[in-house]
Amino acid sequence: MINYNYIMETISMIEKEKLDIRTITMGISLLDCISENGQICRNKIYDKVTKKAEKLVMTGEHIEKEYGIPIINKRISVTPISLIAQACEDTDYVKFAQVLDKAAIAVGVNFIGGFSSLVHKGYTKGDDILIKSIPKALSETERVCASVNVGSTKTGINMDAVRQMGKIISHTAKLTEKQDGIGCAKLVVFANAVEDNPFMAGAFHGIGEPDTVINVGVSGPGVVKVALESCKDEPFDVVSDTIKKTAFKITRMGQLVASEASKRLNVPFGIVDLSLAPTPAVGDSIARILEEMGLEACGAPGTTAALALLNDAVKKGGIMASSHVGGLSGAFIPVSEDEGMIHAVKIGALNIEKLEAMTCVCSVGLDMIAIPGKTSPETISAIIADEAAIGVINNKTTAVRIIPVFGKDVGDEVVFGGLLGNAPVMDINGFSSKSFIERGGRIPAPVHSMKN
Amino acid sequence: MRAVITVIGKDRIGIIAGVTALLAENQINILDISQTILQDFFTMVMIVDTKKCELKFEDLQTRLRVKGEEMDLSIRIQHEDIFNSMHNI
Repeated sequence: MINYNYIMETISMIEKEKLDIRTITMGISLLDCISENGQICRNKIYDKVTKKAEKLVMTGEHIEKEYGIPIINKRISVTPISLIAQACEDTDYVKFAQVLDKAAIAVGVNFIGGFSSLVHKGYTKGDDILIKSIPKALSETERVCASVNVGSTKTGINMDAVRQMGKIISHTAKLTEKQDGIGCAKLVVFANAVEDNPFMAGAFHGIGEPDTVINVGVSGPGVVKVALESCKDEPFDVVSDTIKKTAFKITRMGQLVASEASKRLNVPFGIVDLSLAPTPAVGDSIARILEEMGLEACGAPGTTAALALLNDAVKKGGIMASSHVGGLSGAFIPVSEDEGMIHAVKIGALNIEKLEAMTCVCSVGLDMIAIPGKTSPETISAIIADEAAIGVINNKTTAVRIIPVFGKDVGDEVVFGGLLGNAPVMDINGFSSKSFIERGGRIPAPVHSMKN
Repeated sequence: MRAVITVIGKDRIGIIAGVTALLAENQINILDISQTILQDFFTMVMIVDTKKCELKFEDLQTRLRVKGEEMDLSIRIQHEDIFNSMHNI
């Protein structure tokens, strides 16, 4: 039976409200590529990635056409390279990044994540080499994404890693300064990183995962915004219910695409990530949803409460729609990738302190924020420490993806292009955190992590 | 497979004739059809069975789109599962 309204609703969501599948990400384990010889290991990596993901892009495109739903990105995540490369005697892992880049280009995916290291408690030899290789790896490759996990609720925060990551971010920005520090847009510092995140730049394939897996990330801020337009002046109970219903529909579509991709590629289905991911396009913004709830501009008092409600309602609506929910699942607030956020920063409504507060209640953290190039590595480390503390204490994932832009200062504009968007350079508190960061060591795990 | 065809555009003579002729030429059976005019805009939804159609789905999609462009309409064909999964539990 035709339900005319349902069909027109779906078509309107796709056509006018920019509903899409943000990414189909294939996770590939590289554990069977380990070798004592670096070149043999890299050959095995290239062969495995290109073989397993050979049909990923083509299959994604077929599903896109058959169902009439745009699938924006097809991507790959791999086992953290620090684990794979450390058996060999190489003292620099840039060549591993290059082989990932080559494999990504060969299969036609736009990003490959997993140039990663997990050091929330300490470093192994491989972690040490990988982290030192990040700046050069990101400046010499196009599609490789790197991430480092520096803290977890179970282990606390590794402040030595926090200190080092400030320097690594700064160095990466310097090496890519001609492109406004774009290397840093491909580098995420996590606390409580998840093993099945399909979204870049923080995706990697965890060691608890199967050999290969399909994870799907949905999107649809525009759909939520339009749904909320119909409940002007209604109480929050109605707002929350409306978001839940919309999130349910969006996630059902994600589940359909995920199970179809899994079936066609003969790769197990992992999870659907319920995140609301914005793009720089008008009508695809998280900030505009918050404003629709009654705020004059994103960043005004009330913004954190609005975001908390949104994040929670998205999860409640999405959970029943998918057989397995995972990844980051929540609302993303990347400044440069969200037209409304960019506007809010430009008019002075949104600053980095408010963004930090917002990260307490949304899915990730300080994301895609351009800061002045003169910001010291210690200050960057201290920003990471603050975010990690929010994640560790609140038992949630937090991340920092900030971009120091050399030669630019507060108020200047940075253009990354494409999905990465453009960002106004934001002001940073100028007081020093140097002595704090120089201490190093580990901040112990919080008392509420002792659950056994 | 069962698919949903939607036709949206400014009303004119011969829309249904044009679209259904193309479907018949390609051995596509219409299972259900619903059509209305909303503020001068013609909208039609059809459920069709493409089992006997010899064209690849993508080629059929292109033919419908081209037909739409000729008649100044937007014509779309999608697998019906996207609507079922989104709106039915």
